[in-house]
Amino acid sequence: MPPTPTPSTASKELLSLRDVEKAFFGVRVLKGVSFNVLEGGMLGLVGENGAGKSTLVNILGGNLKPDSGTIHFANALYAPRNPQDAAHCGLAFIHQELNLFPNLSIAENIFLTRFPCASRSPFIRRSLMHERTTALLRQVGLDIPPDRIVQGLSSGERQLVEIAKALSLEARLIVFDEPTTSLSERETARLFNLIAQLRAAGLTLVYISHTLSHVFQLCDDLVVLRDGEVVASGATSSFTPDKLVSLMVGRTLTNLFPQPKPNTVGSQGGVPVLEVRDVSQPGVVNQVSLTLHQGEILGLAGLMGSGRSELARMIFGLAPFQQGAVRVSGEVIHQLSPRNQIRRGMAFLTEDRHREGLCLDGSVADNLALVTLPQHGQPPLGWLSLESVRAAVSRIRSVVRLDTKANDTQPVRTLSGGNQQKVVLGKWLLSQPKVLVLDEPTRGIDVGAKFEIYTLIQDHAAQGAGVLVISSEIEELIGLCDRILVMRQGRLVDDLPRAEFNRERILSAALGSSLEVTA
Amino acid sequence: MNRFHQRLIELAPLLLFVAMLAFFGAQSPKFLEPRNLANIVAQASSTGILAVGMTFVLLTAGVDLSVGAIMFVAAAVAGKMATAGQPMPFALVVMLCLSLTFGGVNAFFTAQVRVAPFIVTLGTLFIGRGLGLRITETRALNLPDSFLMLGSARFLGLPLPAWLFACVLVLAHVVLTRTPIGRQIFALGHDSEKAKKAGIPTTRILVVVYLISGLCAGLAAVVTLGQLGAVSPKFGEQKEFAAIAAAVLGGTSLFGGRGSVLPGTLLGTLLIQTIENGLVVMNANPYIYPMATATVIFAAVLLESLRRRIH
Repeated sequence: MPPTPTPSTASKELLSLRDVEKAFFGVRVLKGVSFNVLEGGMLGLVGENGAGKSTLVNILGGNLKPDSGTIHFANALYAPRNPQDAAHCGLAFIHQELNLFPNLSIAENIFLTRFPCASRSPFIRRSLMHERTTALLRQVGLDIPPDRIVQGLSSGERQLVEIAKALSLEARLIVFDEPTTSLSERETARLFNLIAQLRAAGLTLVYISHTLSHVFQLCDDLVVLRDGEVVASGATSSFTPDKLVSLMVGRTLTNLFPQPKPNTVGSQGGVPVLEVRDVSQPGVVNQVSLTLHQGEILGLAGLMGSGRSELARMIFGLAPFQQGAVRVSGEVIHQLSPRNQIRRGMAFLTEDRHREGLCLDGSVADNLALVTLPQHGQPPLGWLSLESVRAAVSRIRSVVRLDTKANDTQPVRTLSGGNQQKVVLGKWLLSQPKVLVLDEPTRGIDVGAKFEIYTLIQDHAAQGAGVLVISSEIEELIGLCDRILVMRQGRLVDDLPRAEFNRERILSAALGSSLEVTA
Repeated sequence: MNRFHQRLIELAPLLLFVAMLAFFGAQSPKFLEPRNLANIVAQASSTGILAVGMTFVLLTAGVDLSVGAIMFVAAAVAGKMATAGQPMPFALVVMLCLSLTFGGVNAFFTAQVRVAPFIVTLGTLFIGRGLGLRITETRALNLPDSFLMLGSARFLGLPLPAWLFACVLVLAHVVLTRTPIGRQIFALGHDSEKAKKAGIPTTRILVVVYLISGLCAGLAAVVTLGQLGAVSPKFGEQKEFAAIAAAVLGGTSLFGGRGSVLPGTLLGTLLIQTIENGLVVMNANPYIYPMATATVIFAAVLLESLRRRIH
């Protein structure tokens, strides 16, 4: 049910969305989203990972087109065809990953597409450009020379440059997307001062953040998104932190998950297959210890940037850590590398299957056989037995229930996301891993394929392997795991056995200090 | 990696250049005579002009392997025209138009069709060399003295090729550092996806860049013709590698977005030419030359990887 938008009191709306819909491959990610942003106001947009916030931002920014629904900006229909259109209309976006070119100067970044040139002269008027940049930088409280190369700036300074760029484009509405994730406390304070100034100057702001205390501190109105729907909106004062969390989490319980098999209970009883002891890497993870047992499915929850994926990469030998140890089947591993870990029976499914998980232009068979290829060598020269490779491929295809329409020689690129993920999983299952580390195993795949992947994970655990699952979807972890660990800012902050599974508790632990609202 | 190391890597081409001057100067007193130094600059100009064009292409994270072949085709056509009695200025104009045409073909396939520049320019390399061999019927052509005059005439003590090189350098430097398109080339080279999103006309820039490279190949052919006075089947062969080595040695990244014409490409070119000239002055065994070239290329690659580590 689409909620009624906040009635505008004194000021009128600058941006208004009506029934905006967006689906990817049949999955609806925005379901009739409607809300208003009041002119001169500041709206907070909150929601879990995957609630549809980034899709919304991409639509506003001209990177995506909505399937249906209308957007009005400054009383005119707003349908940007590309990012330039959005900028031209007066919208600016301050993203997590900034869009600056580090090899150019501050001034050049700001004026990249409209360098000031004297009429009929091909040359840039540098003094004029630097003068204007200095003025803009002063507005955002940055006192550095305009010809400084962006490379040497801190992330806070880069963000201020982005804001200066937004000001130079005479933006009327600035969308901040998780602006504080990479900022120090001092930089955050500076940003908030600047936000106050921007508001005083009459700009309209949209603020997206997981840090709820900031949202409460800064915003006039809030919109809560869940599963692509606006579940609540209204003045910030009408929300409490607790209410906000429960709104974000919702109560939707679905039977998307296979029943836990009775023999997957061996959480504490089983033999440890993977032990992580006090692993630390400054700024990434801090003193993390965990134990994964035979037959156990262990979930690792946390926000993006909490260190969960980084930890997985360390365990698999893809990223370095300064302190701590990793033990596989009781044996301390000194030289961590993917090659060594695979030999010891570990498998790692990365969160980015396109770039890291698959050879996209390779065939289904080639991808499936990739990890276990050496096993098919025949003595004395180790030449591949194509017979044996084919047999293995056809066996694993039926295990992962790969779409029968998919040909063995077909490039993986042409498969659906779900089938691609089955290929990745099949590739690893062929190596019969004792430790299976899965980073976002169901990202971007449809519900049916998700169910099949859950079943595969459970079956594999039932056969005695330990499985570590990282996921942004708390529901997925609750449905699948025997135990859930929660990470926040590089630390393990909670450990829940199945009996204590609770969405609110997991989300609160992941959000952490953000709930201690500063009045 | 501290500040000192960074400075050292940035200054490496200059330090190497000075070290080479000192080394060869110590080996042979003739080496440091102004006449020989002017000679080095003159000899460097054709590779240098080629390397300037290459720098534009490399800055966009592309590569142009066809420049040596373009030189050959242009020189072959000019040679045929000259031996048929056509006036020299006309031949020169045809040379430049022809090299721009080749640049245009490269531009079309890389910028419009979006084929990898390595493949496109490898194709035009073979087309160019094949055409050149067909035109010259694999025989060497000797050109009238008017061409040799071009290469040996002096103005204020410096040979004309050195002046042409200087003009190309300054013009390229100004374009790269002081014009919108120059700065946008750097942005495109850093991240073409991001550049497109930022509203930079990426296709147009790529077209311009390959046209510049083609034109530079034409100019380099003119200079070489003026200096050699003849077109052999090996004219311009492997010049593309000398040009890439010079640009990379001078600090231009193979991955785009970083580099300079002044002082970068100039220094890289002079360094390569100094070594070659020094070996000649020293009367070194000619079989050593390829080894020296190999050393230079390794030095370029090593410096490039060190630079990438600091960036």
